[in-house]
Amino acid sequence: MNVPPTARPSDALTRNQRLEMYYFARLARDIEERLVTLFRQSKVVGGLYRSLGQEGESVATAYALATTDAVLPLIRNMGALTTMGVRPREIFLQYMAKGASNSRGRDLNIHIVNLPRDGEGRPVIVGPISMLGDSIPVAAGIAMGARMKGRSLVAMAWIGDGATSTGAFHEGLNFAAVQTLPLVVVAEDNKYAYSTPIAKQMAISRIDERAAAYGIPHEMVDGNDMLAVYDVARRMVDRARAGGGPSLIGVDTMRMQGHAQHDDARYVPKALLESWAARDPIAQFRHRLIDDGYASRQDLEDIDDMAKDYVAEEASAAEDAAPPDPATVTRGVYAGDDFAEPRLEFVASPFAGA
Amino acid sequence: MAVITYLEAIRQALSEEMARDARVFLIGEDVGPYGGAFKVTDGLFDRFGESRVIDTPISETAIVGSAIGAAYMGMRPVAELQFIDFIACCFDMLTNFAAPSRYRNGAGVPIVVRGPCGGGVGGGPFHSLNPESFFLNTPGLKMVEPSTAYDAKGLLKAAIRDDDPVLFFEHKFLYRRVKDEVPEHDYVVPIGKASIKRVGTDLSIITFGAMVHVALEAATTLDFEGVQAEVLDLRSLAPLDRDAILATVRKTNRVLLLHEATRTGGIGGELAAIIAEDAFDDLDAPVTRVASADTPVPYAPALEAAFQPDARTVVAAAKRLVKY
Repeated sequence: MNVPPTARPSDALTRNQRLEMYYFARLARDIEERLVTLFRQSKVVGGLYRSLGQEGESVATAYALATTDAVLPLIRNMGALTTMGVRPREIFLQYMAKGASNSRGRDLNIHIVNLPRDGEGRPVIVGPISMLGDSIPVAAGIAMGARMKGRSLVAMAWIGDGATSTGAFHEGLNFAAVQTLPLVVVAEDNKYAYSTPIAKQMAISRIDERAAAYGIPHEMVDGNDMLAVYDVARRMVDRARAGGGPSLIGVDTMRMQGHAQHDDARYVPKALLESWAARDPIAQFRHRLIDDGYASRQDLEDIDDMAKDYVAEEASAAEDAAPPDPATVTRGVYAGDDFAEPRLEFVASPFAGA
Repeated sequence: MAVITYLEAIRQALSEEMARDARVFLIGEDVGPYGGAFKVTDGLFDRFGESRVIDTPISETAIVGSAIGAAYMGMRPVAELQFIDFIACCFDMLTNFAAPSRYRNGAGVPIVVRGPCGGGVGGGPFHSLNPESFFLNTPGLKMVEPSTAYDAKGLLKAAIRDDDPVLFFEHKFLYRRVKDEVPEHDYVVPIGKASIKRVGTDLSIITFGAMVHVALEAATTLDFEGVQAEVLDLRSLAPLDRDAILATVRKTNRVLLLHEATRTGGIGGELAAIIAEDAFDDLDAPVTRVASADTPVPYAPALEAAFQPDARTVVAAAKRLVKY
């Protein structure tokens, strides 16, 4: 019996939406490339963590969400932040530990939080803490709290293969399953957790099988194929929004650099890196847009230039910002002692609404 | 005013706060139809339903983690740990996620994490803990432990209404043994305020929780011998009521610090440091600590009795102090 091919959610994406996805991925890569320069100039405080090679899946998963949903990204999900409309300046302010950053210089990189009220039209964002597995129970709680409040919200949390080995991940996913919470977990098999290869992380061959014990849908997808990722994410998000409960997307991808800038990743075989380099998600999507007739080479070069110029402006504005006032160091540990309203700026993409 | 047990006071606080504020909900192991291991939440499932009295898997990290997430969404979760010993299983969520959240991003975490602490009931090494000093060195958390039914109800209401994470330690020895008058009307006992449970002039016993009752028993014995002990019940362990601590020291000039947690690294050390820093000239004798022995909590009644402070050990220490 012939089964008719099911329509792919990505079939419904307009030209404008496809270009927007490309723009968000480009923006993520450009932000990080700019951060590398700032890091080399010693303007980034502490470490710098790249998401090179993972921009595509980060954008394509987040693109399946509404702008009022919740995201709990990790350091390798810069693309989720650009997709949810976080202004690039915010990332630079954070990495350079400026006083006007979301954490007011108290915490690193993308450890940002945004808790808009229902109806503000902004996403809930809860950045990671360094105990990455903790995002999953907290994401479950966000989904549960929203449901209690009668707020329509799907929570999406990203997790690396390493953090899927934590107890918090398993406790959170199991709890979300028994409570049928609107949670989509994106589990990224990017081959290494710091220096530890995935074979030392789990004895199963597919990361999505982590979810099998919890009785929730799970699916593996080529993480460097943005449309394929979007298809799975959209189905899982729609399912969660309709009350179907949590699910897990296993993403097959590759961390193309070391854990952080200080790590030369000599433990990664060259051949492995080369094979994945040929599958760069942005380059693949670029070819796809041209092949499918959605954009000309020139259209995409224009987007590249636009993203690069914008990122450069945003970075230099952040460079000029002041460091935090040392006199504030003891402030805001408890309620009633806040000295600055927490803030995070959003920006509409040039493709929004068209 | 009705006379009710410590346990009933806690249940009343939960019930009244849930009725007052739709954002308040309970989450924990066996808190639903069963009513909790100690029956603290008995009847609340029937009254408020399964959406507000949530039974969880045996997953303390998920209990506290999901409470944090729900608090971010504007809810007021009250998480129950079946025994406070299990707080070690969610230490990370409390110390790394909840505690620094406001400082890091201005994101308050108004959760209450409550559970039965303390020994004296043959609970053994894993059902008898007093964990306050694990958390005393974690800015961002608040901690309270009542010694009376009145304080239990008022402190729990204050904890639920507080905008920061509060650890609420309820002493299981007191659950059904302590009864006192609790008003019918709504009231709170403010966090950060100690209470003088007995007025005295010769020495100050600074303590909290079940040890308040040990201190009062000791004070009665001392009274027969002409020694008037003042008993200061801290009630709040974070923040500490420094003014009340220093005031009683300045009044009696002799201090006995009494706690049920083990001695080394216990809260007594912090209290001694506060007194040494700010009231050194007011002391007529060295600060004295009476606490449990530096061992895990033993099981056999004879061992546990030897491990924990009791009125006899407090009286002996107090006599040495007044003779100094």
